[in-house]
Order: sequence, then structure tokens, then C-alpha cells
Amino acid sequence: MRLSYLLSSVFALSTLGLAPAANAFCGFYVAKAETDLFNSSSKVALVRDGDRTVITMANDYQGDPTEFAMVIPVPTVITKEQVHVSDPALLEHLDAYTAPRLVEYFDDNPCDERKYRVFSSAPMMDGAVLEKESSSEALGVTIEEKFSVGEYDILVLSASQSDGLQIWLDNNGYKVPEKAKSTLGSYIKQDMKFFVAKVNLEAKAKAGGEMLRPIAVAYESPKFMLPIRLGTVNAKGDQDLFVYALTRKGKVETTNYRTIKIPSDKELPIFIKDDFGRFYKDMYATAAEREGGHGVFMEYAWDMNWCDPCAADPLSRDELQELGVFWINDSSDADVLQRGRPMPQAQDVYVTRLHVRYDAESFPEDLKFKTTGDRQNFQGRYILRHAFEGEMQCEAAKEYKIGVNKRKDEEVKTLANLTGWQREDIFDKIKESGMGQKFDVSKPVKDTKWWNKIWPGDE
Amino acid sequence: MSKTQWIIVRDWLSTDPRHYQIAVLSTLILLGVFHFGFELPWWHVVGCVGSTLTTQALADKVLGRPFDLRSPLISALSLTILLRTGSVTLSIAAGVLAISSKYILRWNGKHIFNPANFGLVVLSTLFSAAWISPGQWGQAPFFALLLLSLGGVVTGKAKRWDVSLALLGSYAVLVFARALWLGDPMTIPVHQMQSGALLIFAFFMISDPKTTPDARGGRLIYAPIVAIIGFTIQFGFYNSAGIILGLILTAPFVPLIDRVFKNHQYVWPRHKSSETNPASNINKETNHASFIPAE
Repeated sequence: MRLSYLLSSVFALSTLGLAPAANAFCGFYVAKAETDLFNSSSKVALVRDGDRTVITMANDYQGDPTEFAMVIPVPTVITKEQVHVSDPALLEHLDAYTAPRLVEYFDDNPCDERKYRVFSSAPMMDGAVLEKESSSEALGVTIEEKFSVGEYDILVLSASQSDGLQIWLDNNGYKVPEKAKSTLGSYIKQDMKFFVAKVNLEAKAKAGGEMLRPIAVAYESPKFMLPIRLGTVNAKGDQDLFVYALTRKGKVETTNYRTIKIPSDKELPIFIKDDFGRFYKDMYATAAEREGGHGVFMEYAWDMNWCDPCAADPLSRDELQELGVFWINDSSDADVLQRGRPMPQAQDVYVTRLHVRYDAESFPEDLKFKTTGDRQNFQGRYILRHAFEGEMQCEAAKEYKIGVNKRKDEEVKTLANLTGWQREDIFDKIKESGMGQKFDVSKPVKDTKWWNKIWPGDE
Repeated sequence: MSKTQWIIVRDWLSTDPRHYQIAVLSTLILLGVFHFGFELPWWHVVGCVGSTLTTQALADKVLGRPFDLRSPLISALSLTILLRTGSVTLSIAAGVLAISSKYILRWNGKHIFNPANFGLVVLSTLFSAAWISPGQWGQAPFFALLLLSLGGVVTGKAKRWDVSLALLGSYAVLVFARALWLGDPMTIPVHQMQSGALLIFAFFMISDPKTTPDARGGRLIYAPIVAIIGFTIQFGFYNSAGIILGLILTAPFVPLIDRVFKNHQYVWPRHKSSETNPASNINKETNHASFIPAE
């Protein structure tokens, strides 16, 4: 049986006055979603205000449901009322809304002026075992809660010793790697409980559908940490984690690792339009490489009331409510039309998207977060600037063309620098794509008349 | 740099411990902006520096003391590095509060709180638009910072390296003990000790000779208390700015420690470039330009 581990916990506005933060989900299994550029990635939405936290964990497990099991350290005992099976579309929407985006500009005729258009950016990534309860007591394991929600059977355990917990989990069909024992022990001493979920096949059959739905858990705790250690025990290589933190006040950042902004607002060659996924993946890898191969990168941080440009519509009031944004003011539920699209009037919801690439060595400690008062918007945004390709008949045209050629050289340099791609390969790609070629400025611009275009073959 | 220039720089650095601090803190700010990509808006720097210098100048004028910009400049640079805010008003408020605390909150001829620490804690506690960002330095600049800091130990005429090392030593004991108790791998406490923010705090904030106990014995008691309180806040109350809060909570006990471990108050070195110093007005008992250990 394969295990995925997750830990959610939170820091908060303690009496001494610091701000709240976020959590994360860390799985062993490999995500296979087509939209997902990053292998072994997990997605977690984390709603937090004060000590109140709602964490929604995407479940991208694709294997046999009987094989699915999850052990998540949690800061408090969780009762049935605190657990909810959520809609997978929610996290997909959140992912799309916060995804790094490509925008496109079209130069106007240098002999007149300019337009702007947004180009849609693809989202970047988009049990049944009998418990041997009799042995629990002897092993120092207490079943604090036991219930079913949706297709999941859930147990909340507390333990007094890691050996006992490990034996109990083993006896009950959860194969915990031997190396995880000391980590379990550490969590036990930190007074964490263990949220254990399996799939109830009958309920799953009733619910239908291929996918296992996300689990949302609401709890209250000052802890503001994201235990990722269990997930690194048996992991081969790097793991990617996406945290979508929704707060009232502002950006969420990590306190025990540096949060780095992803390079943004870069102008790129036009062919990237058809290769954005590969570009982003390589750019992320290069950025991480410069930080020693790993890091916490901010890909988006924005007030949820709007976006510019929008990679997807902002989340509606209902969607935010489903995610657990408990402070939404119910009174103003009218969506307001802005620029012809409904803009949900979310009250004070600020989203931060953090993309963490980690392994056990570079991230020995669980992630710890805090909410800051920073409301400065940031987005991973990449720009394509199309040169004007129509008829140009003025003195300014030559200068314009020389300027565009310079710009295109810069774009190639930028792209090579961001992704580590070879410049020769980039030139080949540009040629191959037939897009964004340089102007030929070697010969004087011929004064083209309209009748020259009727019979272009005639010299 | 020619040999003569180097000697001039070295002499300037070693004339007064504050010179070295100003040089290092400025270097850290430049490193932060150009290498680590901190968002330090120009107005934040101007707000912190302007408000601290202005407050000090006004207070000195009122009290009829000559103005010396070095101490408020150090407070300003510390605030610039450690305080994050999106509002210039709060940058200015932090500077005003920091320097005002030196003149208002006093005991026995010494100010109680480290000015930058006071401004930092008050602002980040009262306003959600101001915060401390403990993770901003990450672990990467660890060695660079340590070198700069140890350079200060070597050249430091203030002789307050004892408090820095005692703080780091006792904090290390606590995080390693915690790891041993939890059965955690040692990579975790090592990671915790490499926090850039912790090192800056140890070498540039708690080391302020004016707000630490006068006697070495006192300082060796004081630093572990700060470490214990900071550690408790960080790991017991899950507040990442624990050590910074530890300092403000421990500061009021300095007069008590000074009573037990008696020694002369520290006075900034006097030299040609500054014939006067505020401390000489405050403390009539001593004109010691150097610190005499109370062995």
C-alpha cells in the first residue's frame, strides 16, 4: 500500500502580535493530470485568519482506490463536523486563476499607434482494512475520532510512542517506511495528532467518478507550520508543492526559508506562444537551480477581487465559501459586472501562490509560514510583443525596424538566461516557427506602393 | 586600494565600534537589495534614516546636547533591514518611536530598550501593515554574514562580542537540545542556527553596549535569558520573531542585573572627530573610553 502524508498546521496572531499563515500537502504518489507540468506535485489551498484554518488537499492519486491511504499529522483532534469532501474543480479553478500568464502586445504601425490583447495562458500545471482496535491500547495509540465523510473512512489518532504508532499503522494496513519512525516520534512529542484517511469502496461506488475528491479540514490552532518531513522520507528526488494561501490581510511567506519571487515581466520571443509550458518548466528549474536546486517561489500574490490580466475568472463567492473563506460578508452577494465579466465582490480575500521545490536535504525542517501586511500585487507574467507587419511607409519605419531587431535580440538573451536554453537552439526554434522573424534592414526600405502588392512576383 | 587608503579605512573602522556597525549594516542593505532581491523601497530607507536623525537632533537640541548622528544611524539601518512595511508613515513612526524611547524610557542614566528593537516590536505589534520578515535572508548568506560579524568581533572596540556569542551559544544549546529530545536529525537545528535574521540580531542588535548590562558577568547571564525567552516564544507560542521579542521582554531586567554585577557604564570612545558624546552628559561618574571587564 502506498502512503501519502500531509501535515497541516498553522502559526497565528499570537498574543504577542504576529500574523497567521499556511499549510501544505505532500504526497508520495506521482500526479498524472495532463495539465500538470510538474511531476510529484501536490496542491493545497489554505485559508487562514487568526488561528482559524481551513486546508483543502487536492487528491491526485490515480491508482487503485483500495491502495490509497493518507496519514497526516494535524495540530488538534478533528471531529466529523470539521471535515468536508470538496469539489476538485475548485482547486483547478484556483490553480488556473493564479497560474503564471502570458500576455501579448501588438505593435501599431510606427507610422500611427498601439493595441493590447491578452492571450489566454494555459494554467501552468495545473481500505477497507479491519482495524485491530484491540491492540491500540497496548501500543499507546488512542483512536480519538472515527467517522466516514464522502468516500473516505477517517480515523484521528493520538499516540504516546512512535514504535507503537508505527506497529499499529502496520497492523492496520498502512505501510509506513521504517525511516519515518523518528519523524512520527518527533510529531508525537510536539503533541500532534494523526489524521488517517482511506477510501470506503461502497461510498466510492455510490459517489461515482474516477477521481478521489479533495479533503477539506477546518481547525483552530496557533501552529503555523507545514509538516513536509513525512513526505520526504521515501521520496525519490525532488517534490513540488503548490500552496494557495487565502488570507484577509495580505501575502503569506515562509519564515524559516526564503520566499523568492519568480522572475516576471520578461519579454520573450513569439514562438513561446506554442511552447509556454516547456518554457515555464525550464524557467522554474533554472530559477531553482540558482538557489541551489530548491526553494520557495512566489508565483502570484493578488487581491482576489480582480486580476489584470485574468488567467481565469476570479473565484465566485460560492467557491470561496466552499474553500472555507469564513469571513465573507454574506450581505453583499451581488456579483458586479466589470469589463463585461462578473467580478465577485470577495471581501478582503488575498491569495498567495507559493511553488515549493524541495527534498529532504535542502528542506530538513517543516515549512513555517506567516501572513504579512504586504498587499503589493505580484504575478508571474511573460510578454510577447508582436512587431507590426503591415505596410509601413514613413521615415520612422526604418528606425522602428532597427529597434524591433534589437528588441528581438534582447528577447533571445532573456530567454536563454531564464531557461538555460542554448541560443543557437532558440534561433532554430524561431526559424522553425516562422514567428517573430527579424526585419531585413540591410537594404534600404523600398517605398512600396499599393500596386506593387497586387503582382508581387513581378520584379 | 593602496596601502595608505587601507590604513585610513582601518583606522576609521577601529576608531569607534559604531563605524564598523554602520559599514556592515550598509553593506547588508546593499547585499539585500542587489543580491537577495529584497524589496526595499527608497522611501523606507529615507523614512527610517530621516526620522531617527531628526528625532535625535530635536531631542539633543531640547536637552542642549551636541548631536552625534552615529547612534541614530545604526538604529535606522537596523530598522531598514528588519522592519517591513508598505507605508512610509510607519517607517517614519518606527524611527521616531525608536529614538524617543532612548530619551523617555530611562533608568539610572541608561535607556532601557534597544531603540531599533523597540521601534520594530511596537510597530509590528500594533499595525498589521508593518511586519518582521525572519525568512528574508534565508540560509544562503550564512557564511558571508558570519564573516562580517566575526570581523566585528575582532575589530570591535566595544568589547560586546561576549553577549553576541553567549546569545548564539545558548540559543544553539536550546535548539540542539530540542532536536535531541524530539529525535530529529541534526540538520534541523543546524538549519535553525543558520538563519540570517538570527545572526544579524546577535551581532548588530543585542550587542548594543548602551542597553546591555555593564559587566561581563551580567552580560553572560543576560544573553541566555534573552535566548530562553526568544526560544520559548518561537517554539512554544509559534511566533517566528521570538528572539526579537525576547530582547524587548528582557531589557527591563538590565538595571537589576547591573545592580548585582556592578561596573562602569559604557561610554562611546572619544576622539578628535567627536569631542562630545551624549553619554558623558548622562553619566558624570566616568569618562572611561574603554570598557574594563569585571573579572
